[in-house]
Amino acid sequence: MTALVLLEIENGAVRQASRSAVAAASAFGSVDVLVLGAGAEAAARLPGVARVRHAESLSDSIAESASALLASIAAEYTHIISAATANGKNILPRLAGLLDVQPIPDVIAIQDADTFVRPIYAGNALATVRSSDNIKVLTVRGANFDPVASEGGSASIEAIALDTSATIPSVEEISVNLSTSERPELESARVVLSGGRGLKDAANFKLLDPIADKLGAAIGASRAAVDSGFAPNEMQVGQTGKIVAPELYVAVGLSGAIQHLAGMKDSRVIVAINIDPEAPIFRVADYGLVADLFTVLPELEQAL
Amino acid sequence: MKVLVPVKRVIDYNVKIRVKADGSGVETSGVKMSLNPFDENAIEEAVRLKERGDASEIVAVSIGPQAAQEVLRTALAMGVDRAILVTTDEAVEPLGIAKALKEIVLTEKPDLVILGKQAIDDDMNATGQMLAGLLGWGQGTFASEVVIENENAKVTREVDGGLETVQLKLPAIVTADLRLNEPRYASLPNIMKARKKPLTTLSIADLNVDVAPRLTVVSVAEPAARQAGAVLGSVEELIEKLRNEAKVI
Repeated sequence: MTALVLLEIENGAVRQASRSAVAAASAFGSVDVLVLGAGAEAAARLPGVARVRHAESLSDSIAESASALLASIAAEYTHIISAATANGKNILPRLAGLLDVQPIPDVIAIQDADTFVRPIYAGNALATVRSSDNIKVLTVRGANFDPVASEGGSASIEAIALDTSATIPSVEEISVNLSTSERPELESARVVLSGGRGLKDAANFKLLDPIADKLGAAIGASRAAVDSGFAPNEMQVGQTGKIVAPELYVAVGLSGAIQHLAGMKDSRVIVAINIDPEAPIFRVADYGLVADLFTVLPELEQAL
Repeated sequence: MKVLVPVKRVIDYNVKIRVKADGSGVETSGVKMSLNPFDENAIEEAVRLKERGDASEIVAVSIGPQAAQEVLRTALAMGVDRAILVTTDEAVEPLGIAKALKEIVLTEKPDLVILGKQAIDDDMNATGQMLAGLLGWGQGTFASEVVIENENAKVTREVDGGLETVQLKLPAIVTADLRLNEPRYASLPNIMKARKKPLTTLSIADLNVDVAPRLTVVSVAEPAARQAGAVLGSVEELIEKLRNEAKVI
């Protein structure tokens, strides 16, 4: 059995979520990786990778060409895997459509080559499913697999190209508008500090900054905070945003709706700071403070 | 321009679901069902395209039990022109749904198909992409803005680090993110009018596609419950616990 992992490269390094996908793929035997665009050298240094297949002219943000390329080499593999990131979720189901297989998204555990565990209903149930497809197309949740190291391997790199006779629908990238942040990436941060509607406005959301700095934390947000314009969309934690499982998750002024809990309830330690003792977040919190966040946050900043 | 909006009937998002004791699935009998929230965003966007003069007709389609006609009536009350119900008593996976939708697309010939980005029951996030692959159309997934101009759809997408804008040649597939719009409520007069709008029913067998499931559900279980935590009295106590008990800071 050989697995192929579609990697994502960011600033010349393999994203942590992709390194988790490589770790998951090693359960199936030999692992090849595919790199679209720059970054094949970083991929070749991942331990446990047999070979890097490199399509320099393609971009992983264009699912149409990426899935066509994957489909052209899919027959060589038993499993095709990516991290359950925005790109993975964009590309792999399209590939599955091309291959006539049912994809298995957001896998959190691998039981054997055909059997996988995945959350359904916003993480309120775990389904174990067995696939009868010849090629398994899956995305894996990074938080559930320890990533392989960035260094230590020496895989061979070989170039591949998309067959130019393939018909690819016309899609053009017009602009990319990424947030710039000095903070750790939300999905891989050791500590996450999240704010909700209780912060009342965007200016107050900044109260989280000095505490995040002291903890080396990434900042997250509830959907309510994002919808109210306190924080940008990509900071949303939950069923429809990012799924995180840090060592420490601090929820400030957020009630803990089912959809939010779906994104953070696998965190090791959860702290809730909320003025409402009935808030559902206290049902999952290891430590709770029933208090006004506007008094607690300055005290916390002082104490750290 | 004609727009097709596939919609799904799911357990209402506010319901705290219960796993069946025998581990065969989730209890659905006697549970409140609703239109999948992302599909509401998809319908709203189609209706806005029509209000802007970009779309001339909106057709909603749902594949599921007879009861799925309720969610089609909701779609009609929101401004959809007509609806198609494809009945099946079996649970159909996204692959089967995408194949069935492909047949509907080939018959209806829409210029744009807008779906929700995922259904909140199976959380698959796959049908739109699979349909795009099967049709060989471009896809604009996780859309937070859609602009139609000169036979193209300019779609702003929510990606991990921020936003990305792509231009797709029509016909194309778009999947709606929550941020795309604020879905309207159907007014009582519109709910009444929706009862008179056309709804055609066909059986999934009529589409002649293979919808046999590829995944067998071995079991469905509750996730491990977290241990109840402690409510603390002060920030000092919190810091002390985090340092010495949990050892996370």
